[in-house]
Amino acid sequence: MSNVLELVDIRKSFGSELVLKDLSLKVPEHTATVLIGASGSGKSTLLRCINLLESIDDGQIFLDGKEISDPLINVDEVRRRLGMVFQSFNLFPHKTVLENITLSPIKVHGKSKDEANTHAMHLLRRFDLADKADQYPDRLSGGQQQRVAIIRSLAVSPRLLLLDEVTSALDPVLVNEVLSAVRDLKSDGMTMVLATHEMGFATQVADEVCFLESGNIVERGTAEQVLHNPQNPKTQEFLKRVYQAGRL
Amino acid sequence: MSENQDSAWSPSSREKERRKSRRAISRKQASIAAASSIFVLGTLAVILVTSPGWETVKTTFFDIEYGKEVFPTVIKGLWINLQLTFIGGAAIGVIALGLALLRTTKSPALTPFRFLATAYVDIFRGAPLILIILLVGFGVPALGLKGVSSNVIFLGTVAVVLTYSAYVAEVIRSGILSIHPSQRAAARSLGLTSGQTMRFVVLPQAIRRVVPPLLNDFVSLLKDTGLVSILGVTDAVRAAQINASRTFNYTPYVVAAILFLLITIPMTRYTDRAIRQRTSAQNSEGSI
Repeated sequence: MSNVLELVDIRKSFGSELVLKDLSLKVPEHTATVLIGASGSGKSTLLRCINLLESIDDGQIFLDGKEISDPLINVDEVRRRLGMVFQSFNLFPHKTVLENITLSPIKVHGKSKDEANTHAMHLLRRFDLADKADQYPDRLSGGQQQRVAIIRSLAVSPRLLLLDEVTSALDPVLVNEVLSAVRDLKSDGMTMVLATHEMGFATQVADEVCFLESGNIVERGTAEQVLHNPQNPKTQEFLKRVYQAGRL
Repeated sequence: MSENQDSAWSPSSREKERRKSRRAISRKQASIAAASSIFVLGTLAVILVTSPGWETVKTTFFDIEYGKEVFPTVIKGLWINLQLTFIGGAAIGVIALGLALLRTTKSPALTPFRFLATAYVDIFRGAPLILIILLVGFGVPALGLKGVSSNVIFLGTVAVVLTYSAYVAEVIRSGILSIHPSQRAAARSLGLTSGQTMRFVVLPQAIRRVVPPLLNDFVSLLKDTGLVSILGVTDAVRAAQINASRTFNYTPYVVAAILFLLITIPMTRYTDRAIRQRTSAQNSEGSI
């Protein structure tokens, strides 16, 4: 199995604050890597660095074996192969659901409008949102908006999907519909890196769970190992607090 | 929601009592408002009409017969103002958009243009419009350049366009800067280039957001076209001035003012409504 993504000794700081410390990670094809850790542990920053929305201070990022942390790389070309879903959805409020989804296929990937619409409608039907195609995002519930955002990132058939706490802005009832959409992607074989606070969900989809603490992965392994039998005292402490909050 | 209402429901006797009380209260409030308005406005009218100078004011400012006589020339002048507003407005829109885009671009190739756009905005936003009109209107013909029109209407329009483009560019730029960076991040993560992000994601939202302040500037523009009268353009202001200085009766100025107000008041009302709608739309999104 080849690695879709490989991170080698990633270092990133904002001013004097070191956010990622020599972090390394391999993401094989068709696997889901789940990042857990307290807020501020660097999960979101890591995802933004992979997407080149943030530049790194040292280390290397490889996408399909090609280094994308090279400053001479065409970032637009790299992002065409990556999908990203944000915690706050970030749908375009002036465009309908269908227009949100087809913008990139038409303008970036050169698809015809018909072709893009057909594919978008196919995805909308699959995620049970076909009747919302002509609605504007502010008419949709949070769960529906997030599912549209997922479809939007899928519409360009990405090599790798990055999901940044996609359920954190949703109430418990809506969380489930979004998580079930992500589970569907996992069973389709989509390669994913996700940051999440939903430990039960992590157990279900993760091929590898990484626990981040102050910008480094202090423990990694299967969900069984990391979430149910953690070895590192910091992981144990974190999971104890999650357990006390009733989130496991 | 209405279909969920129980059709068999009728107000209880307690609710009927309350409604009666509410009607009584609003009747009382309406009569107080009417009485107070009649008293205050009536008193002001009486003071005005009985004041010693009233007759002179009436004949010098509100001479209806003279007003009717000058009306055709003033309204002909107003037509010039309107033409100037619409032609100038279109040019301002295009130039201002270009300036705003230049000022917000990060492209290294456009660095000198970004610098020039900033200097332009600083100069024309800071200098009084009337100075620019005098400089362009009298200064440019004095240069005697070949191929440059010395038509005062044209030069007056150019001066107004130069100044207003700077103002409107800043309004559009503030709209661009008001779009949350997460929108840009979402667009870029979909592979859109920075130019495509601006064109398809940022600008459409920014323009929508600045429509109310732009309408406001449009009203100001209409009024400020009156300033080109100093170049000798026979607009509404100039037409009124010619008539007033001939007879020392100032009714033509009042006629011109009323004509401007007939256009600007509905426009400002419309602007206020647009701002209100924009604000309430944002409230329902909970983004305040």
